[in-house]
Amino acid sequence: MRVAVITFPGSNCDYDLYKAIRLIGGEPAFVWHRQRLQDGFDAVTLPGGFSYGDYLRAGAIARMSPIMEDVLAFARRGGPVLGICNGFQILCEAGLLPGALARNASLRFESRDVLLRVERTDTLFTGDYAPGRILRIPIAHGQGSYEADHDTLDRLEAERRVVFRYVDASGEPTKEANPNGSLNNIAGIISEEGNVMGMMPHPERAMEEILGSTDGRGVFASLARALAAAGAS
Amino acid sequence: MNRYQLEIRVKPRPGLLNPEGKAIHHALNSLGWSGISDVRVGKVIYVDLDAASAEAAREAAEAMCRKLLANPVTESFEVAMVSGAEEAAS
Repeated sequence: MRVAVITFPGSNCDYDLYKAIRLIGGEPAFVWHRQRLQDGFDAVTLPGGFSYGDYLRAGAIARMSPIMEDVLAFARRGGPVLGICNGFQILCEAGLLPGALARNASLRFESRDVLLRVERTDTLFTGDYAPGRILRIPIAHGQGSYEADHDTLDRLEAERRVVFRYVDASGEPTKEANPNGSLNNIAGIISEEGNVMGMMPHPERAMEEILGSTDGRGVFASLARALAAAGAS
Repeated sequence: MNRYQLEIRVKPRPGLLNPEGKAIHHALNSLGWSGISDVRVGKVIYVDLDAASAEAAREAAEAMCRKLLANPVTESFEVAMVSGAEEAAS
């Protein structure tokens, strides 16, 4: 699996993402935002960080980078695209995913482990997880409150496009378990076609026991398995 | 071409959580102001640009808002003309 890791000025999770892809046997490659996306990538990832200092709105300026035209084209051809944290913000700003990420309700930068419930296991990114599994994965963001208008939110829920939800230890999406004020405790969503996923938590920081959790591995392992299966068919 | 200065007000959509406004609301209350029913924080962007007419300048600013300056999910915008060529020359 050849995976592009797009880097912007201010990306800071690019090496973690690179290493996460390596850990599950993938072949990552950095692509600077001013370069064009070469052919031959099986998936594209947008890492976390503070592209352009979060000026204007998180992800708003990065979305205008030359590389984003290629990312949009890749996504429209059905290519898998994964945006994590700032990457999720960029995907929303680019219109590849609906809604927006607003300032945390707490007004604080929230950097800690959270619990997520896996809502879908029939996606490219979650096939390796057991249904309803609860994951412990870190978050680290100041603007992660998922916002969308009522119609969009209803549609997302009706179409089962919420992939991860913030929950408590018993798996309930309570207000206390919601670290940022996201509507419906939404932590990650997927596109209508199922090939673009955005999530605020950082699975690439939960890949090794020594870092406290390996619960993030499934995101990358699922993608590798799905791509291998598609390639074999 | 004339030079125009535009003031672009990017406003949080009503009904959306505006945590900055809420924090300021509490601070104002603690300073003794009462009777405040709501505080919301938006932003103001000043743009100087050359355009053939005030109308063209305004249209350009509105296009900037739609393309970049405001996120329609969370924000609305309005464009005000601060100064046109005539005022600037006087």
